[in-house]
Amino acid sequence: MFTKGRRNKGWIGIAALLLIAMIATACGGKSNSSVETAGAPANGAEASGTPAGNAPAQSGEAKLSGQVELDGSSTVYPIMEAVAEEFGKVHKDVKIAVGVSGTGGGFKRFCAGETAISNASRTIKAEEAETCQAAGVGYTEYQIAYDGLSVIVNKDNDFIDYLTVEELALIFGSEGAARTWQDVRADWPAEKILIFSPGADSGTFDYFNEVVLDKKGLRTDDVVTLSEDDNTLVQGIAGSKYGIGYFGFAYYEENADRLKLVPIDSGNGPVAPSIETIKDGAYSPLSRPLYIYTSNKEYERPEVKAFVAFVLDNVPSLAAEVGYIPLSDEGYAAEKAKL
Amino acid sequence: MREQAKMIFKNERTSIMDKVMPVLLFVCAGVSVLTTVGIVYTLFSETVRFFSLIPIGEFLAGTKWNPLMNPKSYGIWPLLGGTLLVTVIACIVAIPIGLAAAIYLSEYAPAKVRKVVKPALEVLAGVPTIVYGYFALTFMTPLLGSFIPGLPVFNALSAGIVVGIMIIPMVSSLSEDAMMAVPNSLRHGAYALGATRFEVALKIVLPAAASGVVSAAVLAFSRAIGETMIVTVAAGATPKLTANPLESIQTLTAYIVQVSLGDTPHGSVEYGTIFAVGTTLFVITLLLNIGARKLAKRLREEY
Repeated sequence: MFTKGRRNKGWIGIAALLLIAMIATACGGKSNSSVETAGAPANGAEASGTPAGNAPAQSGEAKLSGQVELDGSSTVYPIMEAVAEEFGKVHKDVKIAVGVSGTGGGFKRFCAGETAISNASRTIKAEEAETCQAAGVGYTEYQIAYDGLSVIVNKDNDFIDYLTVEELALIFGSEGAARTWQDVRADWPAEKILIFSPGADSGTFDYFNEVVLDKKGLRTDDVVTLSEDDNTLVQGIAGSKYGIGYFGFAYYEENADRLKLVPIDSGNGPVAPSIETIKDGAYSPLSRPLYIYTSNKEYERPEVKAFVAFVLDNVPSLAAEVGYIPLSDEGYAAEKAKL
Repeated sequence: MREQAKMIFKNERTSIMDKVMPVLLFVCAGVSVLTTVGIVYTLFSETVRFFSLIPIGEFLAGTKWNPLMNPKSYGIWPLLGGTLLVTVIACIVAIPIGLAAAIYLSEYAPAKVRKVVKPALEVLAGVPTIVYGYFALTFMTPLLGSFIPGLPVFNALSAGIVVGIMIIPMVSSLSEDAMMAVPNSLRHGAYALGATRFEVALKIVLPAAASGVVSAAVLAFSRAIGETMIVTVAAGATPKLTANPLESIQTLTAYIVQVSLGDTPHGSVEYGTIFAVGTTLFVITLLLNIGARKLAKRLREEY
């Protein structure tokens, strides 16, 4: 009986400790946030904890709150995520969610009214525009940056110096596809080519399909790994000596220590993607503009309006930070005129 | 034949609590039944719609699975093959190790060692599967790559081994329970005849606990079939019918994850594939569970 009583006390002790720990965390959290809000009245946005008296006295702007949902291209995702982060620092009550369903997937949701802004690494297709019109979703297109769609191989790949557009079609295309690297150029090793490509919902895929594969589609045999998530593609290529893939320049920049960029020859000699070659169009045919499409109905909400204005103001600096190429100043002025 | 006398509880007639509680408890039990019915209904209704668009013959007999890009094909065998490959590898890893751990714990381990080893095994079972997935990708694959030259970064072997590691606790814990349930009189009789502990474990206890061990194995097998995160992260996204574990494959569960990550419009054929694959998974697991119970019943020894 003595030992039984002892064991019970042990459990009570642990339960009490847990309870105290939970209460401490909860209380600690509350006091932290109230300290923050007291210290940041000048930003023009308040967290919900401050007393109502402070609000009109210290800021002239309305308190913005709400949720803005973005979805679409995984290529545009890094820029919009960076902008959303900066926006969140200024307007703490606005929650911005950025999804990566692929350009096509993003448009499907956009035309169904589920998102306020659709990120796209290509312009909206005619069928998608029709779907939006039929659903009563009016939109405005903004071009925000350029991307150099980069063809990537493994860092230890020492035989590829450049690829022509025809060779790209041979490697990635569905007709007469090469099985081994030797089928592309006779002096290359006779190893199986492993392909890592975005899937059918991706704007990157659509663009590649249109510009390199002549809309004939990607090869569908058993060496292809498809993923809408570019990070999976990075993992795949970084781990496969004979792998090859393509995705936005930003994902290469982020992982430059594990990947190798392939210069592309479209008839004027091999050109590697870089800020200059993408901006002046020398890196062709794989430089492409990136867009966002905003729903006109959602635009009427003040937080969406503020966010879009914020995007166009901050994208020039953030795009370069993330690895994309900003438009020229005149370009941004033209886009801002659409606001 | 045992007669079961029906007991009548006269003291429950007056108290409200005693009248209401049985109903409440029945509702709680009913919730789980209703959930199962709901799941089955959702799965089957969408699957039936899918098979009105795609002939079921192509689904069951085709050997190429490419529903998202043109030219589209809907043969389920590549996904089934991938799932089977990973599951078989997982069982080859988990069943011997789990059984060995169980034999040690039930026949050899002193009480103090049991107190430490058993909880340690439970910890292994508590690791989230996504953590296991990245463990497979970032630790197991390079490790295997160091003695298998040319191993692709996504492959069935690495994922299979880690799925096996994940289900070891399940095999060992269930087998050990089965072995502990074997009465000591059998062991003592064998010891009295001069058998060693190992002989007793292998020739007396294991056959006596066969029913429990077999259910443990089948349960582990069906858990491995349903494993999602490890195979999504580490096994690849290439549906292909192959017996080579060193290649990138795609399992039924990983395919569902891939389609759900992109966005498929409600009601399209691609949307239907999610349910068709889900139903396949459901049917396989159901058949396995029924088979396991029948087998366990056949092998069961009552002491």
